[in-house]
Amino acid sequence: MSDKLLEVDKLQKFFITSQGTVRAVDEVSFSIVGGETLGLVGESGSGKSTVAYTVVGLHSPTSGRILFEGKDISKSVFKRPKELKKSIQIVFQDPGTSLNSRRTIQQILELPLKVHRLGDSHDRKERVVELLERVELPSDYMYKSPHSLGGGERQMVAIARALATNPQLIILDEPTSALDVSIQAKIINMLIKFQKEMNLSYLFITHDLSLMRNVATRVAIMYLGKICEVAETSEFFASPLHPYTKMLLSSIPVVSEEEEAMKPAKITSEGEIPSPVNVPPGCGFHTRCTVVQGAICSQEIPGMVEVEPGHLVRCHLYPHPYDSDKTGKE
Amino acid sequence: MTETLLSIENLHVGFKIYEGRLSVLNGVQMTVRTGERVGLVGEAGCGKTTSMKCVLKILPSPPGEITAGRILFHGKDILTMGTREMQHIRGSGISMIFQDPTAALNPVFTIGDQLTSVIKYGSRESLSKKEIYIRAVGALREVQLPDPERIFNNYPVQLSGGMRQRVSVAMALATEPELLIADEPTTSLDVTIQDQVLRLLNGLVEQHETSVIFITHSLGVVREMADWVYVMYAGNIIEGARKEELFTNPLHPYTHGLMNALPKLTGGGIAEGIPGRIPEYIDPPTGCRFHPRCPRAMEGCSKSLPPITHTSDDHDVACFLYGGESSE
Amino acid sequence: MVQNALLERRLESLKKNWYKFSKNPVSVVGLFFVLAVSFVAIFAPYISPYPMHAGRYVNFTEASQGPSLKHLCGTDVFGRDILSRIFFGFRYSLMMGAVVLSLVVIPGVVLGLIAGYYRGTWIDTVIMRVTDVFLAVPPLILALAICSVLTPSVFHAMMAVSLMWWPWYTRLVYGLSSSLRNEFFVQAAEVTGASRSHILFREILPNCVSSIFTKMSLDMGWVILIGSALSFVGLGAQPPTPDLGTMVADGAKYLPDQWWIAIFPALAIMITVLGFNLIGDGFRDLFALEDV
Repeated sequence: MSDKLLEVDKLQKFFITSQGTVRAVDEVSFSIVGGETLGLVGESGSGKSTVAYTVVGLHSPTSGRILFEGKDISKSVFKRPKELKKSIQIVFQDPGTSLNSRRTIQQILELPLKVHRLGDSHDRKERVVELLERVELPSDYMYKSPHSLGGGERQMVAIARALATNPQLIILDEPTSALDVSIQAKIINMLIKFQKEMNLSYLFITHDLSLMRNVATRVAIMYLGKICEVAETSEFFASPLHPYTKMLLSSIPVVSEEEEAMKPAKITSEGEIPSPVNVPPGCGFHTRCTVVQGAICSQEIPGMVEVEPGHLVRCHLYPHPYDSDKTGKE
Repeated sequence: MTETLLSIENLHVGFKIYEGRLSVLNGVQMTVRTGERVGLVGEAGCGKTTSMKCVLKILPSPPGEITAGRILFHGKDILTMGTREMQHIRGSGISMIFQDPTAALNPVFTIGDQLTSVIKYGSRESLSKKEIYIRAVGALREVQLPDPERIFNNYPVQLSGGMRQRVSVAMALATEPELLIADEPTTSLDVTIQDQVLRLLNGLVEQHETSVIFITHSLGVVREMADWVYVMYAGNIIEGARKEELFTNPLHPYTHGLMNALPKLTGGGIAEGIPGRIPEYIDPPTGCRFHPRCPRAMEGCSKSLPPITHTSDDHDVACFLYGGESSE
Repeated sequence: MVQNALLERRLESLKKNWYKFSKNPVSVVGLFFVLAVSFVAIFAPYISPYPMHAGRYVNFTEASQGPSLKHLCGTDVFGRDILSRIFFGFRYSLMMGAVVLSLVVIPGVVLGLIAGYYRGTWIDTVIMRVTDVFLAVPPLILALAICSVLTPSVFHAMMAVSLMWWPWYTRLVYGLSSSLRNEFFVQAAEVTGASRSHILFREILPNCVSSIFTKMSLDMGWVILIGSALSFVGLGAQPPTPDLGTMVADGAKYLPDQWWIAIFPALAIMITVLGFNLIGDGFRDLFALEDV
């Protein structure tokens, strides 16, 4: 019975550019409770990274609210209270540029400790050693510079940095996309371990659905700034509903026959992903959808409907919510 | 009756840096037959791209140098060829697609300019301007780009990532090469677009009867794209097998580890990755380079490099577990 | 024990830096020139054959003599040994470069960092428009104007050159700062709650150092040249100060017969400027990061 740690309510983030208004995030709502991992999946232009950066404060919302532990934090990181910056942290996707190559690992890991005045210089050094040990890196790495480390090791330092202030929520923006499979396995298992030990919540962003299957408690799919489907992981993979979800799932290259069997009937992906500057009217996916329901799809934006408890879809194929009166009676 | 188109034999490549000499390729062995799709799988830094750069002789040299081995194309050793001969081979003999289409296309020239110069310099015969234009637009149409005449006049920046990669494919196939080397061509693309580009590539390769070497770090992708798969680790080819055979019966402990570490759509968590890390090429392990991380390492593994054993017609593996006496 | 480990690391790092720098043999030559010129400038009073010739000195019996064993670069019309005057002349040239750059680099860089970080806001507009104004004025003309209004002297020449030199650093760092500002590591620092001054000076600035140092070494050459030009037209060092530019100016009248009076000082300027220019390349390699 955990309270909602993070609640995002009708969040919108638009960017004004010379080509027009980019509707990067367009009325996105979701919540995360303590100890769970919400997977946010999408391709280019879906807005998943923008959601992440807005939650963490690198963008300030155009409209909508972000609540953390009940308090409204919908502002840029510079306007947020310092305490908050201990509680919400982020791991970026590119290990090459998320650590400053002109600083040593020690300096990088000490920064959050210095900013929040956690201990004196001796304490800080001890904590750095402790953090390196947690991510299974040798402690003499602290004298090295990021560019002498491999991509996987850099990402482990980035994770150590995120853990330095004992946060409650960590945003992970494609943390392993640039890494090899064996390193990815190591890092993911480490993240899961930390989550159990520290009761962390993760907002895990990725395009890799196979990874999501093994990491997330709940999965949300985004397309062109909107969430099109949300469900608990096992339910999601057992019965995906949205046509885009099915297209995504059927495009994944897998390695075994059992996995092939899991994929929905092949929906061949056609067409390019529209640019978020030019979002198609009505349902954003209708230009590529194979089961368009007629004029309604290009005219009306479908609402988010709870088709099964905990399973929501935004699609004209599913206009009616499940009948809560009926459950339990049959 | 297919013949051997390309054969890499015992290729050794080193790089000279401040700390000393990196021994990157340690005796790479590979063959590609005509009309065959060969997958080359391995993690970052294992030497896949370096090997292919040697095939096209575009290895930056210094600091890289080929210290031993032969690369036979139609039976002739590329490494001993002169510049002129090599120029004939690049383009109409062997062609390449790179990972990042944005980097591979020159931003200040139109697609048309770049495509026509590829056709002009890469073709076996000399063609008139009109013929080149027709071929160029035809190539763009073949990669299913909508409105090819308009794209001909566009600049790369006006196209999306997927479209740019299709242009790269068009450029690579426009010269009708016998062998196409595709270096992680879909790694930077979205999943649904990747699916489209892979299907396109498969279709074209079949149509033109081109051989392909498809480099990737993704086992899933290689399963869709290859007939025969080589697995590479730290500068050596450690396993090679017919695709179905490899996925149902992986032999080398590294291949096992790799397949285990993949997150599966069926769930069940991710197995522990392979312990340890990729060796430093400045001081690589002696003998089999995987032995420090291998759960089944034996005494002889550190003494000499395991030779390639043919466990069956469809399966080769370089591991003492399956043959090859390790010298005492 | 810990001290030893630290020392070892520093030594190793020094050796590696030398390796990177010396990959460019030309830079090593440049370094040699610069060190030689600096050495001579510092120890001029002790190693010049005729140190008193650098000041007021007249000896018409020795005047206008060509290069000989007694006077390796000959003597000028006042009988002063040119080689000694060149040695002392190096002092003024180097001092000009050092003073101007030390006055100019810090304000220029700081303004550039701030303007780049706040790109798109009024802070950026104000700083960069002011910079544009200064850049619009031709440097030598401004220097000439200032020096003619005030009494000509080395000091005023340095002030004048400084006044129109700082915008170049602002512009250089502005470009770097505004692109680095969007890098993930800067955003990570922002998310952590680091102060803006930390972000500017500890995250962004270290990534600009390579370009700044390269520019500084090339600038040394330019500043010395401009200083010499000012002296050449009489607005910089005044006689009898042994300034290289003045020496060339005075000696120009006697070309081509007494060629040594102008040519040797000119060669001295050339070696100094060349040395600094060649070092610039080496700096770039020195600061480059090797990839794994």
